[in-house]
Amino acid sequence: MISFLTFFVILLGVITFARIIRIFELSSELHGTDVNAVNESDNKTHSLLLLLFGTFFVITVFYMTWSMKDKMLPISASEHGVGIDTLFNANMALLYVVFLITHVVLIYYAFKYYHKKEHTPVFFVHNTKLELVWTIIPTIILSSVIVFGISYWSKITAPAPAEAIVIELYAKQFDWTARYAGDDNKLGKSSFRLVDGSNALGLDYTDADAGDDIIVRNEFHLPVGRDVVFKFHSRDVLHSAYMPHFRAQMNCVPGMTTQFHFKPTITTEGMRAETKNEKFDYILLCNKICGASHFNMQMTIVVEDETAFKQWLGSKKTVAQELKAAEVVPVAVTDSLAAHTDSVKVHEVTAEVVKH
Amino acid sequence: MSHDTHAQHDHSHDHGDHHHEESFITKYVFSQDHKMISKQFLITAIIMGFLAMLMSTFFRLQLGWPGQSFPILETVLGRWAPGGVMDPNIYLALVTIHGTIMVFFVLTGGLSGTFSNLLIPFQCGARDMASGFLNMFSYWFFFASCAVMTISLFVVGGPASAGWTVYPPLSALPQAIPGSGAGMTLWLVSMSLFIVSALLGGINYIVTVVNLRTKGMSMTRLPLTIWAFLVTAILGVLSFPVLFAAALLLIFDRSFGTSFFLSDINIGGMALEHTGGSPILFQHLFWFLGHPEVYIVLLPALGINSEIVATNSRKPIFGYKAMIGSILAIAFLSFIVWGHHMFLTGMNPFLGSVFVFTTILVAIPSAVKVFNYLATLWKGNIVYTPAMLFAIGMVSTFITGGLTGIILADAALDINIHDTYFVVAHFHIVMGASAIFGMFAGVYHWFPRMYGKMMNKNLGYAHFWLTITCMYGVFFPMHFLGLAGIPRRYYENTNFPMFDHLTDINQMISVFAIVGAAAQLIFIFNFFYSIFRGTKASQNPWGSTTLEWTAPMKHMHGNWPGKIPEVHRWAYDYNKPGKAGDFTPQTEPMAPGEEESH
Ligand code: HEM
Ligand SMILES: [Cu+2]
Ligand SMILES: [Cu+2]
Repeated sequence: MISFLTFFVILLGVITFARIIRIFELSSELHGTDVNAVNESDNKTHSLLLLLFGTFFVITVFYMTWSMKDKMLPISASEHGVGIDTLFNANMALLYVVFLITHVVLIYYAFKYYHKKEHTPVFFVHNTKLELVWTIIPTIILSSVIVFGISYWSKITAPAPAEAIVIELYAKQFDWTARYAGDDNKLGKSSFRLVDGSNALGLDYTDADAGDDIIVRNEFHLPVGRDVVFKFHSRDVLHSAYMPHFRAQMNCVPGMTTQFHFKPTITTEGMRAETKNEKFDYILLCNKICGASHFNMQMTIVVEDETAFKQWLGSKKTVAQELKAAEVVPVAVTDSLAAHTDSVKVHEVTAEVVKH
Repeated sequence: MSHDTHAQHDHSHDHGDHHHEESFITKYVFSQDHKMISKQFLITAIIMGFLAMLMSTFFRLQLGWPGQSFPILETVLGRWAPGGVMDPNIYLALVTIHGTIMVFFVLTGGLSGTFSNLLIPFQCGARDMASGFLNMFSYWFFFASCAVMTISLFVVGGPASAGWTVYPPLSALPQAIPGSGAGMTLWLVSMSLFIVSALLGGINYIVTVVNLRTKGMSMTRLPLTIWAFLVTAILGVLSFPVLFAAALLLIFDRSFGTSFFLSDINIGGMALEHTGGSPILFQHLFWFLGHPEVYIVLLPALGINSEIVATNSRKPIFGYKAMIGSILAIAFLSFIVWGHHMFLTGMNPFLGSVFVFTTILVAIPSAVKVFNYLATLWKGNIVYTPAMLFAIGMVSTFITGGLTGIILADAALDINIHDTYFVVAHFHIVMGASAIFGMFAGVYHWFPRMYGKMMNKNLGYAHFWLTITCMYGVFFPMHFLGLAGIPRRYYENTNFPMFDHLTDINQMISVFAIVGAAAQLIFIFNFFYSIFRGTKASQNPWGSTTLEWTAPMKHMHGNWPGKIPEVHRWAYDYNKPGKAGDFTPQTEPMAPGEEESH
């Protein structure tokens, strides 16, 4: 009933509105003027409105940029991120200048040249010199944008230093798992076929490199001032590991390993002081649509000094220790599925047998 | 089937007036007349656009006031919004369908379908499209495609929910998200129909422009609208088949067990049998269409803009040849930049560098276009019709949105803003707003040509001012949300204390979005009101030089009674020194000693 009434009221409103417009149009037709033809006062009004709106808009753009500066991400907590911020700010400064110039010109012309009967516009068809100038100047400016951009990109994506700590970030719907490579700094092999309730990452327990790996959830730690290289995996759909405070991001792609490396430079404590927020935490979020809980797929990152980091890592069980505790004995078996595998040369994968 | 041949036929005989009786069905439904088909496209696009806009207000409610109950949501979405709070899956579904409808149905089918159909025969001086029959099919495939997409909203599991980019594996596996079941199947069916429509239309546009120009209409006398539509059609014909291939392979992966895009997947406690494929391959195929697609959306709007800016400045467009050159340059470059959507997929960093280079190059022809618009306004005599206001607004959005593209193109900077709200802000302003503004400008400008009536001017003004205010109010602040680290396609941001201080901005955006959506009702009202009740339009209400205003306002087949007018000059002789009146129609022969301008 209510919805019927609402509908009825809206319908009535629309009809009334239409009648009013109609009366308006008819009365001006009687006066011999076409209501819908643009007249000189319209031109004046709207040129003035464009001036006001345009000025307000440009001022708001600058004001908002200034007033929002403390709400943006805090200073970069990684080495390469500082450079990204500098490059970003330099590019932005350039864009603001271009934005300002073009908008001032647009608004000024729009305001100044509104239609006046006595005015005859110039017949200005083209001007090769002018056109060359405004093609070449952007070309030069953009070339430098390209050069700075590409050279910094190459630097960030250059191979990680050999001594970098290797960590795997493993994504699945809808959480993250981190795996440290352990003493040998080598990650043990894994396969999606080996995943089961107790082996969420599908680790190959027979791989010699796997035993010293350390698996952690909810929170992972990084030592300040050390290079870290992340290897990203996903076992179901695409995810993206986004660590905004470190200006770091990389997609996690099933069937593929991707990587990204950086050096954290500010500890969590340091950043808490910097942001004057005792509750501040670094965070890893998922940034590629991955399903219902995409918006809540996170892991806390703690950056601390090397000793604290070693201590924390030392307190965690290695894969071998955990297996032992759970009495899981790795047994090598020939998996019939492996015969169908055409991409990975796996001839022998392992299954595990849980005693009792 | 006389229609598809009469156009060529009439070139030699010139008896345009066809007096055969038309039934309701052939006139309004299965019409082969370009003017009617253009209206069909426009009205379908308005309906679909309204739907997509409504969806955006729904998910803006959720983003502004997460978790709060809005009974209206339960009324409309039913069990997908129990207690008035929408379900996360349906949030993603709405975002996906919103994006799909806006990009494909409104700004590709709607924009090109309306204006290429209306203007190509009119402005080239042709009696109709090369093939009226294929043209009719183009519309009905489009209609079917819209219908299937709309039906997909009602299937079990909901419509496709993997984002408008439908990346597999998410889009391939119903285990991953409910929308990847029947909803996704219908999405693919709908998209395939859409591609057929786009190809039929595109081929027709190209053939018509190339073959059916009237006497004297050389390529360098063509209005820029036609240049833009022609290049757009070429882009579409070259890139849509690639999307079709991607869709087809995805259908195979989903239904027939192939592994083009799938490998090493363990989901729902099961290792899948797919191995050897790559999800990244899909992205290459998708963006090989996807990037040209953004120019398929934008170029027609730019073409329309050139026409409207020149006409209403009462001045020739500045740098006509440079405008054509920049359209061609943008079109060419648009095929070699697709990788900028994929910097973080693990692609070779060197390849990434190449894409940075090609992408930033696009800014050069774009800048040229902006400067040419500014030079056209300079010392003009600007008439502020609603169309002109939208055209000026579009120059502004094209600048504002285009500039941030330079940031996103820079791979090093993209690392931190990829897939955040910065991207949402960028593409809505440069692609969404610019193209929509171009479309509005076109509707206000050519409405008299379509319906022989004027749209109400004051409602048009109100529509413009509310729209541009709300548009910037919605999308400009989103840049900052992105720079604060908020990812896109998030159902709510409340799980991260680091975003708590941005709640009020999200609410402000939602308020602007809802007011802006309401403002569109003014347009819809004005549009339908004016069709039936608008004041009668004069023959050439804006004082334009182009051919469409020489054809009789009364609906007729073949556009011109008697001979098709001959063309003697370009389309931009406004206030040419030595000529009477403030414009010289293209049909006016050169006076002795008069020099042709380019
Ligand atoms: C009516 C005003 C509009 C509003 C308020 C609006 C709002 C939004 C918002 C907030 C999102 C992001 C949602 C998320 O990431 O969770 C979005 C996505 C999107 N919108 Fe709009 N939008 C509007 C109009 C348009 C137009 C005109 C276009 C045409 C280009 C468009 C195209 C898209 C696309 C392609 C997406 C991405 C969908 C995806 O992530 O898969 N929107 N819109
Ligand atoms: Cu995820
Ligand atoms: Cu692109």
